[in-house]
Amino acid sequence: MFTRNIAAISVAALGFTVGLASAAESPGLGQPITEKEAAAWDLSIGPDGVGLPAGRGTVKRGEEVYLEKCQGCHGETGVGTPSDKLVGGQGTLMGDQAPVKTVGSFWPYATTLFDYIRRAMPLAEPQTMSDSDVYAVSAYVLNLNGIIGPRAVMDAKSLPKVKMPNRDNFYIVYPGQIK
Amino acid sequence: MSNDLNTKDLDTEQVAGNGLLDRRLFLRQGGGLIGAVGMAAGLAGYSRPVHAETLVVPDWTKTPGAWLQGYTQPSKFEGKVVRGPLPNNLYNGIGPGNARTPLQYLDGMITPNGLHYERSHNGIPDIDPAGHQLLIHGLVKRPLTFTVEALSRYPMTSRISFVECAGNSGGMYAATPADGTAQSLHGLVSCAEWTGVSLAMLLEEAGVDPTAKWLVAEGADAAAMSRSVPIGKALDDAMVALYQNGERVRPSNGYPMRLLLPGYQGNMNVKWLRRIKLLREPAMTKDETSKYSLLVKDGKVAQFNFPMDAKSVITKPSPGINMTAPGLYEISGIAWSGHGKVAKVEVTADGGKSWAPAALSDPVLSKAITRFRIPWRWSGAPAILQSRAIDETGYVQPTREAQIAARGSRAAYHCNLITSWGVAANGEVKHVYA
Repeated sequence: MFTRNIAAISVAALGFTVGLASAAESPGLGQPITEKEAAAWDLSIGPDGVGLPAGRGTVKRGEEVYLEKCQGCHGETGVGTPSDKLVGGQGTLMGDQAPVKTVGSFWPYATTLFDYIRRAMPLAEPQTMSDSDVYAVSAYVLNLNGIIGPRAVMDAKSLPKVKMPNRDNFYIVYPGQIK
Repeated sequence: MSNDLNTKDLDTEQVAGNGLLDRRLFLRQGGGLIGAVGMAAGLAGYSRPVHAETLVVPDWTKTPGAWLQGYTQPSKFEGKVVRGPLPNNLYNGIGPGNARTPLQYLDGMITPNGLHYERSHNGIPDIDPAGHQLLIHGLVKRPLTFTVEALSRYPMTSRISFVECAGNSGGMYAATPADGTAQSLHGLVSCAEWTGVSLAMLLEEAGVDPTAKWLVAEGADAAAMSRSVPIGKALDDAMVALYQNGERVRPSNGYPMRLLLPGYQGNMNVKWLRRIKLLREPAMTKDETSKYSLLVKDGKVAQFNFPMDAKSVITKPSPGINMTAPGLYEISGIAWSGHGKVAKVEVTADGGKSWAPAALSDPVLSKAITRFRIPWRWSGAPAILQSRAIDETGYVQPTREAQIAARGSRAAYHCNLITSWGVAANGEVKHVYA
């Protein structure tokens, strides 16, 4: 108790104001911000589509954007190098064969495609494409994999509804651990 | 002397096959007894050292040395002690890559900052700390931002912790043994003293909503690398690390701040940390779905397998650190567990037929690299050296056969099976399957 009192007196003497009881032991230097003010940084898209922005993209527009910005690393139809293959690999996850993990064969959520392209692609100039172009490229890659049709339009409503072929093979280990 | 052990017995009595000696041999003796050990080596019929040359005073003792430097560098004679092998440059100098710690050239438990392993997904951002902020938002009462200067005023905690890439040792799943070194096979693990602010303190300041079960942590790099973390871990021992081995975190390791999640897969320890958003459900980012998940049997994919299980590897001898002549050696290596302390490390020199406990060098810390050592009298005959770590939960590092039987060989990540080094009669050490 003695040391606690000393601490309390010191804090009071220095004129610190600790505004929040739950943060009583923190210097309390976090600056309040609203979600609106933080929006430019909030890139997170949930698997249920929460966070998906306005905008829409067609497979056709996606092909144009892809050929301009993506094919250099992923090849004309998503099976090139040096980057990961985006297309194909269905059926390679079983047995002892070498697995080919692509968007079509492996990825469990279509929303992840939008999230990742928007935050990290193209490699040399990430976060420069419009949200509509990110929808469009997502649509094109999904179409190359035969998951959506050539006339499909991707937006905040349709993208989360795309059922990925490998979705049901994923299972969550946490809080356990695999052997 | 108060030593209750007869060192002659320790030296001459094998504790396991093919020349493994009692771990206390080197620990319990004074200087005089080291001489006795050397003599015993001679008496046992091994080659005696060649007589030394007459001593001369070297030039560096007769010439004034170099002047002071603001930040010193290793000796120029240690030029081989570098990270690598660096990957091919696929994208004209940008893009993802990794650099591995030269484990076989290091001793002790701490990785020097310039040699800490690195995995980055689109290069190392050049962050001016004056323009960097950490945003905490989502399911909190008060979204907050913290400047580097503000966080530097918070009470600090320090802990020595390993960080290991979940892809470390992934080559050990291969059907044939990769021709590699401790560095190329296992060098995506390092250990440093990290100092920073408890994440729990910052989360409490923001006020965690009771519905928040996960958070997503995101970097300020050009990959905006992001991973979901269970709230339980975040409130347990997570840290926003500002310092690495006493100095500010290196740019390659997340300057000016990184998330430290002791024991969890390295990828989750988000570097260049700029944003933490509290969520009900995981975000299912690219790096927790298509990557860092384990393809196991029957095409199933194990996701969110977070702690790195107990592992060990012998670093001396190891490929490139060969045996020179028969005689007395110290086998040394590193062990670690994402579940707590290393309780025991056992070593075999006969490919697993018999095992002996190694000495663990102090300090033995939870979720930190632990150095182990055991004396070995090498007869000059071929030998297969292995180590296996046992952590404080009782978990035993598995054999290659056991791990592959349990999960198959296509999991890519979280490989922690026992490594075998084959020692040939000429002293050369190679990676083998045994």
